[in-house]
Amino acid sequence: MAERKEIEIDFGRVETERMRLNVGPQHPSTHGVLRLEVELEGEIVTDVIPHIGYLHRCFEKISENSTFVQVVPYIDRMDYITSMNNELPYVLGIEKLMGIKVSDRIESIRVIISELNRIASHQIAVATFGMDAGAFTPFLFLFRDREMILNVFEKLSGGRLLYNYIRVGGLLQDAYPSFKNDVLDIIRKVRETNVEIMNLLIDNKIFIERTINVGTLPADVAINFGCSGPMLRGSGVKYDLRKVEPYSIYDKFDFEVSVGDGKIGTVGDSYNRNIVRMYEMEESCKIIEQALKFMPDASEDVHATFPKKIAPKGEIYTKAENPKGELGFYIIADGKNKPYRVKGRSPSFVNLSVLPYISKGYMIADLIIILGSVDIVLGEIDR
Amino acid sequence: MTTKEIFEKLKNEFNDDVISIFDDGMVSEPFITVSSKNLIDIMLFLRDEKGLMFDYLSCLSGVDYKENFTVIYNLFSIEIHHRLTVKVELPKDNPVIPSVELIWRSADWHERETYDMYGIIFEGHHNLIRILNPYDWEGYPLRKDYKAPEEYHGIKVPY
Repeated sequence: MAERKEIEIDFGRVETERMRLNVGPQHPSTHGVLRLEVELEGEIVTDVIPHIGYLHRCFEKISENSTFVQVVPYIDRMDYITSMNNELPYVLGIEKLMGIKVSDRIESIRVIISELNRIASHQIAVATFGMDAGAFTPFLFLFRDREMILNVFEKLSGGRLLYNYIRVGGLLQDAYPSFKNDVLDIIRKVRETNVEIMNLLIDNKIFIERTINVGTLPADVAINFGCSGPMLRGSGVKYDLRKVEPYSIYDKFDFEVSVGDGKIGTVGDSYNRNIVRMYEMEESCKIIEQALKFMPDASEDVHATFPKKIAPKGEIYTKAENPKGELGFYIIADGKNKPYRVKGRSPSFVNLSVLPYISKGYMIADLIIILGSVDIVLGEIDR
Repeated sequence: MTTKEIFEKLKNEFNDDVISIFDDGMVSEPFITVSSKNLIDIMLFLRDEKGLMFDYLSCLSGVDYKENFTVIYNLFSIEIHHRLTVKVELPKDNPVIPSVELIWRSADWHERETYDMYGIIFEGHHNLIRILNPYDWEGYPLRKDYKAPEEYHGIKVPY
């Protein structure tokens, strides 16, 4: 019988190699064409350099050469999963410049569809975040429900992804007769599924262990980096443009601003950013219910307030609360029918810039979790 | 605080560096024009002074006017919930402006984008390289006199 040898390991001499790893641009975990240059020390991330611009379509240059109405379809393509929300701040800005006041029914339909689109966007965010953490079933459930919302949008505008529905001074067309019932059906289904998702994913021990205390972003840093939306609220800052500077008719509705409470994990970590989205879906349902009650029943001509000629004069910074955060447009109009300058301030662009700060010192596998919790859309970052 | 009150407060502190105020009382956004010479001090004052507390830089954009380049800062205060627009005008032949990256970190990528599109140099920025265009792109696309190149690495550009 062979003698057992004691092997001595000198741990002082174990060396890890510093290496640079390229993640993306064609990688399922980067949620689009994003390239991350990651510097690793063994498995620990020491530096992240995001390289963006792969989807740059010159939105700002094109809008200088198109009329005010022609810009709207391009705005749809910025954040292509929340097109309704994208159109809203731009249209509201032009309407404010021109002094157009639209009817209550139009405003209510705008609010209802933006909140529906917010739910759809958060469903994708939670679903893909779950998938980043290894949970596949919630992804299927949430995409099944999102289909109902897309069906309503299809009935309204004809498009399933890009709508061009909210127009300056009105809408493309009035809501169809059974719109109210369809929306109520959606709310019921969303609430049903959210209970299921809470049991299946959010309260799951494996998911919690995987996401708590990962990528913690303190509140003051989040403000200094200009983060907005669930990213900022996950850090415990009660900042929501629908409450702070109410636009459209949001001041008529009663809802709570959800923030990361730190009941599980730390305030500002990936888990709290994600749970804010779950809470917000419920708040959106509340807003929709109130808006449906507020909406006048009688069908009306939604083209009545269309301006004959759109040639505003002046400058305006118009902003609205997108599902991802604060979407703003700086519009300079000089009295011609084309804008002199349109600057798009997209929430994902600013939110992504904080990634190098919050992912240093975590494992490479956690980097994917952190990126998933930021919830980026590359169409909006690159514009 | 309204833009007018902020203007008076700034004027007391920085006299000549605060140039003018635009506020027609209509829908158009009121703004304050300041000079680029003392920009860092003005911005720090705006951020830290009690009663102003502009802790949030919403947006930073460049504009190519006929006479000059303009950099526009849209500030917001999460503490007090008021907003302010600050403009800085730069000469066309030498557009150089101090970077506010160390005051608001969100300026980092916004300044890179403005440099990328307009060629405005932000002095003191730690990493002023192109962000949306390819790193070896020539020219500044959002300038009004920009002409798209014929080809890029053998690819025809106006296809």
